[in-house]
Amino acid sequence: MEGNTKITVNNLKEFISRKINYNEVLGDSIVAAIYEKAEEIANSVVTVNDKRKINWDRKLDNILTSKLTGYPVMLILLGLVFWITIEGANYPSQLLANILFGLGDRLSNLFMHLNAPDWLHGILIQGVCKTLAWVVSVMLPPMAIFFPLFTLLEDLGYLPRIAFNLDNAFRKAGTHGKQALTMGMGFGCNAAGIVACRIIDSPREKLIAMITNNFVPCNGRFPTLIAISTIFFGGLGAASGMFSSVVATLFVVLMILIGIIVTLIVSKLLSSTVLKGVPSSFSLELPPYRKPQIGRILVRSLLDRTLFVLGRAVIVAAPAGAITWLFANIIIGDTSLLNLCASFLDPFGKLLGLDGFILMAFVLGLPANEIVLPILIMCYMAQGTMLELDDLQALKNLLVDNGWTWITGLNFMLFSLLHFPCATTLLTMRKESNGMKWPIFTFALTTGIAITVTFTIKTLSSILGLA
Amino acid sequence: MGLTCQSSGLSLLKDKFNISKKNEEQIVIALAGNPNTGKSTLFNYLTGLNQHTGNWPGKTITNAQGNFKYKDKEYLLVDLPGTYSILANSQEEEIARDFICFGNPKLTIVIADATCLERNLNLTLQIMELTDNVILCLNLIDEATRKGIKIDTSKLEQELKIPVIPMVARDGIGIDVLKETIDKIVEGKLQLKPLKMTYDDKIESLVSEIIDILPEYLKENYNARWIALRLIDGDNSILESIQELLNEDIPMKVEV
Repeated sequence: MEGNTKITVNNLKEFISRKINYNEVLGDSIVAAIYEKAEEIANSVVTVNDKRKINWDRKLDNILTSKLTGYPVMLILLGLVFWITIEGANYPSQLLANILFGLGDRLSNLFMHLNAPDWLHGILIQGVCKTLAWVVSVMLPPMAIFFPLFTLLEDLGYLPRIAFNLDNAFRKAGTHGKQALTMGMGFGCNAAGIVACRIIDSPREKLIAMITNNFVPCNGRFPTLIAISTIFFGGLGAASGMFSSVVATLFVVLMILIGIIVTLIVSKLLSSTVLKGVPSSFSLELPPYRKPQIGRILVRSLLDRTLFVLGRAVIVAAPAGAITWLFANIIIGDTSLLNLCASFLDPFGKLLGLDGFILMAFVLGLPANEIVLPILIMCYMAQGTMLELDDLQALKNLLVDNGWTWITGLNFMLFSLLHFPCATTLLTMRKESNGMKWPIFTFALTTGIAITVTFTIKTLSSILGLA
Repeated sequence: MGLTCQSSGLSLLKDKFNISKKNEEQIVIALAGNPNTGKSTLFNYLTGLNQHTGNWPGKTITNAQGNFKYKDKEYLLVDLPGTYSILANSQEEEIARDFICFGNPKLTIVIADATCLERNLNLTLQIMELTDNVILCLNLIDEATRKGIKIDTSKLEQELKIPVIPMVARDGIGIDVLKETIDKIVEGKLQLKPLKMTYDDKIESLVSEIIDILPEYLKENYNARWIALRLIDGDNSILESIQELLNEDIPMKVEV
């Protein structure tokens, strides 16, 4: 029975190929007939009476997608979004921190009152609670401002225009123009960006898009970038006043530009070595601009994105906080496990302009990029000086006390931008590429680039005597 | 045979399309349309789910499914990726095509952007060629009006011989009419004989030649004319899909 059927399908194939060989245009004439019919019907039912004198869509597109003004407008819009985020996030951050750390203190008193054992108090209050308070107070305000703004751009129809602007650059890098869209998704979440790579048909271009997706900072990394940028380059750094948040914004935008440039360079390298080929063409439809639905944007971006990302961060941060506390409090010989690991990594970290704790935080932060900074703070605080961290100034003091300079800040941001993808992203990549080969390749490649770039900057700055 | 096909159809739904029905009675509806016409918006409105929507084409990449109830009937709505055609030029088109052809949805809603009807009609005509129960929703009708575009819906209905519903999906305008139309079709109160494309003699004679040699059960359960047309089109992926189907169906047939 089964044999029979197989013969049938083969017969079919044979029959078809015999017929089609000298009838190649038939397929085209089928499509043409459908298109003609569609045109005929459309013409008979549609009447256009455009009274408007100015075609705003066209006018806007001329500005937003022109060779001359496309890029500057893109950068200004992006900058504006980050500036509003940075400027707006500062106050609620402090407020939240005050409330949450106050709550932590009360819990701590309660524990003391109940005569809870020291280790339990340590794990729960100093480990879990403090980390959670940090994650929430540092991440929530920027996200609650950034996501609605980003969703607004999306709703307006601006995202495909970015893809349109970048199409040429990606084609020159030997990859697909749609990669600009998957890259855009990566700003939200790299794992989502990897899934979005399905819209690219050529397997070669899809792989390149997946490998390079990590070079755009995701939601998990934005708060880190924003915080460090504010501390070392913004108001708490050299500049002051209104000017300061502009400087901080510039550095975040600079990071994104570096991310995009690295994406293009790596894409070019990959498409001329391991994943050789010519870019395939595609047509990108520019959707009409639509009036955004402000109410829906707020609800969707706050509920779907902000709370989702925050929830994920909290879920990962709680156990990570506990583990970090344990690391800091398990004493081997006369030093803690944390110090042991950190001092092992320290020489290497110093070469990169970082230190052992920072590298540890990145390694422990593999499950989610959100928790790198909280873990790092935990590590530093476990060092002995148990200071209260209630605002970014305190964070700056803590970092500076631990030997940070602006070079450390810069390299920390760069390492965060370029280093290995989080575990979720790697697992998604394994699923999408059917194997461990490409996730491992990506892990090695991104980490290699992060190390090379930070090492170069550190070495250069040492030679020039900058810091 | 009937039972065999039904059960294999179900497993196909689950295995190939990753769609699972809550129960046997659920009626499967496919939601198709050009990219960025508001499929996900309509999907969310009907199902109360919050599939992410955004103003850019290509956002929905996999099938999303959701449930809704109307007049005591349960429906399973499948949000297909946006495509300009179902001629399987890309992965999304293949997903949409295979689902409408082999997933056996009870009916297919095509959502069209009223501001560029002609291009949306291409897809509509292709889907009408594949299946009879098609409803056309003219979404963004407010946008069209704003642009001075007027569409004669009743004339369009007469031309296509399917229900045409003007709609503003994000404000919920036209949704009630849509639900009522779905109900009428499911109840059998509304029977559709949509406009079918006819091609030149050469193609038509080839079509009948190919239909003659197609396996019997394919003809019984699927649209043989459409499969024949795709084969003439030189679409090899349809052969692969058929092959997959045969592998699914045959062992079960032997068992019965």
